[in-house]
Amino acid sequence: MWQALREELHPRGLEIVTVALDAAGVATAGPWIEKAGARHPSLIDREHALDARFGIVNVPSGVWIDERGTIVRPPEPAHPSRPAYKDRVVPPDATPEQRERIEVVRALTVENERYVAALRDWVAHGARSRYALSPDEVVRRSRPRPIGEAEAAAHFALGRALHEAGEHDDAVAHFREAHRLHPTNWTYRRDAWSLSTPDLYGTSWLDEVKREGVENYYPRLEMPE
Amino acid sequence: MLAPRRLGAVIFRSDTVTADELARVTGWHLRREGLCREDRCVPFVARGSNAVPLADAARALGMPLVHDAKRGLWALGAESGGHALATATAPDLELPDATGRPFRLASLRGQKVLLVAWASW
Repeated sequence: MWQALREELHPRGLEIVTVALDAAGVATAGPWIEKAGARHPSLIDREHALDARFGIVNVPSGVWIDERGTIVRPPEPAHPSRPAYKDRVVPPDATPEQRERIEVVRALTVENERYVAALRDWVAHGARSRYALSPDEVVRRSRPRPIGEAEAAAHFALGRALHEAGEHDDAVAHFREAHRLHPTNWTYRRDAWSLSTPDLYGTSWLDEVKREGVENYYPRLEMPE
Repeated sequence: MLAPRRLGAVIFRSDTVTADELARVTGWHLRREGLCREDRCVPFVARGSNAVPLADAARALGMPLVHDAKRGLWALGAESGGHALATATAPDLELPDATGRPFRLASLRGQKVLLVAWASW
């Protein structure tokens, strides 16, 4: 997905590093990485370390880091291109739920053109780019870390460990607790759902997106027009 | 202990940990001043031996400690308070690629980096 942009911008000093937040690791992320055939580092983060370390709660999220290792934009929605779901058409024989799901995904905020234009500007102008933020602003914009969300990370870790040990029922209890404590962390929700049947959780992506607000799933980019 | 080093929350199989283990997996070292990581220390008094009760460490570090009684597991962390990014310096991160080979983010110093989180699900 990022390969074309990487080949365009790598000669100008940008490297792209992709990180798959997949608790199942190479078993699920591997085929995608292989298919992409990317030349940039393609890493796997089974523990969702990026969630706690950078404040990431959804994918795709992008973080800009300058030549000295200083973050100049904290996590924000990062779409390299327009996702196919934005143009999905409701088939005539769709069930009401299928119709609603298509309508909801089409309504998600996706600003790929703004994002890629800003990225190109930063690659060209570095610290002088109007999209590069000061260190104080980077910290201010990064997510607060309430104790409940830290506890959610602990439950997610237990869920992941128990799932790996084959204790699926006990894993689900911890994943549920992680979801309750940090309801807007979509990486906890969707990864856990993908490990078993989502029915176990008594909810669905559609239910949760509607509850949290379709407009909040991918917040608008906070950057100059 | 299941996790080799601290990245988010860390899982333990006991409610006490040696100071060496704690330092290895969390980066917090038990010193005379307390528990210290890099240039920051929080007050902590060890109770005699080298064994640190996880509950005490969790309280001192402002981290949750979640206990799974059925499985005899304890999960410590993640850290809380302030913001996810305490400073704008990128956290040191080492993760494996699809072949299991570790890659350090810091190895890209001198280049601009776009770090992208994605998922297969």
